[in-house]
Amino acid sequence: MNDPVDVLIIGAGASGAAVAWSLAETRMHILCLEQGDWMNPAQYPSVGRDWEARAYGDYSISPNIRARPEDYPVNDDNSPIKVVNFNGVGGSTIMYTAHFPRLHPSDFRVRTLDGVAEDWPIDYDTLAPFFAENDRMMGVSGLAGDPAFPPTDPPMPPLPLGRSGTRLAKAMNKLGWHWWPSDTTVATVDYEGRARCINLGHCTPACAQGAKASTDITYWPVALRAGVELRTHCRVREITTNGQGMATGVVYYDKDGVEQFQPAEVVVIACNGVGTPRLLLNSASGRSPNGLANSSGMVGKNLMFHPYAQAYGYVDEPTDSNRAPPTCLWSKEFYETDPSRGFVRGYALQFGRGIGPVTEAVTSEAKGLLPWGAGHHAAFRRLNGHRLGLSAICEDLPEEHNRVTLDPVLKDSHGIPAPRVDYTIGENSARMLEHGIARAREILAAAGATDICVNCPILYGGWHLLGTARMGVDPERSVVNEWGRSHDVKNLFVVDGSVFVTSGGVNPTSTIQAIALYIADQMKQRLANLFD
Amino acid sequence: MSAETALSSLQRDDLRVVAAMIIPASEQFGVPGADDAAIQADILVTLGRDAELVREALDHLAHLAGMPLANLGETVREAVARQFRASGGAAAATLTRVVLQCYYRDDRVLRSLGLELRPPFPKGYGLEQGDWSLLDPVKARPSMWRRAPSRTPD
Repeated sequence: MNDPVDVLIIGAGASGAAVAWSLAETRMHILCLEQGDWMNPAQYPSVGRDWEARAYGDYSISPNIRARPEDYPVNDDNSPIKVVNFNGVGGSTIMYTAHFPRLHPSDFRVRTLDGVAEDWPIDYDTLAPFFAENDRMMGVSGLAGDPAFPPTDPPMPPLPLGRSGTRLAKAMNKLGWHWWPSDTTVATVDYEGRARCINLGHCTPACAQGAKASTDITYWPVALRAGVELRTHCRVREITTNGQGMATGVVYYDKDGVEQFQPAEVVVIACNGVGTPRLLLNSASGRSPNGLANSSGMVGKNLMFHPYAQAYGYVDEPTDSNRAPPTCLWSKEFYETDPSRGFVRGYALQFGRGIGPVTEAVTSEAKGLLPWGAGHHAAFRRLNGHRLGLSAICEDLPEEHNRVTLDPVLKDSHGIPAPRVDYTIGENSARMLEHGIARAREILAAAGATDICVNCPILYGGWHLLGTARMGVDPERSVVNEWGRSHDVKNLFVVDGSVFVTSGGVNPTSTIQAIALYIADQMKQRLANLFD
Repeated sequence: MSAETALSSLQRDDLRVVAAMIIPASEQFGVPGADDAAIQADILVTLGRDAELVREALDHLAHLAGMPLANLGETVREAVARQFRASGGAAAATLTRVVLQCYYRDDRVLRSLGLELRPPFPKGYGLEQGDWSLLDPVKARPSMWRRAPSRTPD
């Protein structure tokens, strides 16, 4: 048997890394088990001529397509939005766009303000210092002064507007709509040992330059130097409990596939909004037949994705194409509730610079813009390098029927039941998507774009896995309390996107990490009576 | 499975023909077709995880054609291609994507497009700052984020 540890963290991604770093100062024995491995940037796609092709294979955003040994399958057949993620040290920060907005203050008060869903038990002001701390640790580039958000102080200047951003900005000004350079975790200057961005233009499938912040190069090196232990290729099967209902540790498979037991005083789950409910449901026992920490019945329910509506078109002058980080601007023009729009809550717009030649060819052929035969070459030359696009990222309200359960048949390579996702797009979200597409068309038209194409929802757009172990003060309506501790199991914590009560309408990584730091801080403040 | 055995001889012949239908050679642009020997070789050696779906697509194509594609007259061949695209599903899409992804990384093709023959790393690319004065009217806007009441202490 392994020696007991004080704190066992499951998952080395966005939230697990932040918690490990924060708790390291306690000098407790902290161990993190990660099912994936350390990544080798020398093998990232952008170092090779086949960089675009690999996005359809071993660097696909879909775990089902990528199917690396470190991945687990997800049955998402019954969902119009497919789950995307990455498994390894750094988790999905290895493969994200680095777009880094925060949830707005209003996002934490949706019941009070708009009469829908439920308020969070915490608010923006509670998280504000942790947002700032996370910005410093991840390294955020941005511009202070956005009128659509409370004051922030990004430590690095924003990414250049470039050709694409300039054209889109002119269009937004023509319409009189808000826009602002995005906060991003792409380093625009040398920062804390990371080299600045050199525009590899390939942010999502990992950054060979190391300019994009992923937690394997931000939090983890510091946490390891502070004494945290990280074991890779360790896939946790279940959390074990004793007769008093306390977590005693975990059963996991090591890199050789050997079953191990790791005892722990405190267990912290950081496995994302699909992996976390999967683990809790797989930890069912005689005492907890419906899954661990699930007396409320809420584990796995209220899954929120952020449905994305994407529109793009083609302009008469070259855009930045693939030769820059993919995102450049955001707009919050339609973020806050306006009852005249026919839906509550809202969405952010996220603007893109363009794509590379292979992706252009594949997507345009599929849309019927790029013909087979004699007209192919002329059409391709008109399209390639001329694309402008944007997406509406819509707030997804929690609905209990949108859920993660265990698939009765599908299992991962260790024989552990895989997650099954059942999800439908709600009526409010559908109206919001429709509104977003209409506005996106107006923006593209104002930018002079033609041949406008729409993807609604983006099929492989399930990046943001939220809400399946939500926080709250009522043990009958939530899985963890207002500082991340399970209502049922007093030494079990959840720190990832599962704890979101509502989704907001922005990419959630910044907020996920701020919450993880906040929960770690609460644990440190309560060490003397953590289990009371 | 080696590149030679991933597809049968007949399948390789059909792949070559359908690839040329997708992207024919062009004198105007000075580029080869996707049936070019080097591009076909690239397709075969990099099929990898796509091999199964590409075989399925070629089987479907052979079923529709009833004989080697090359033996069909042009009009019939184009009709078969249209049917293939309409009914081939994920397999046809995979075959098309494999052809496109190998074609658009060929040196001759990239050169004709004015693109550099190199991976993005380590040289990267330049990105112009753009016109930041465009932000002035946005900066002049009043604060527009919605204030929310603070959490009531429990």
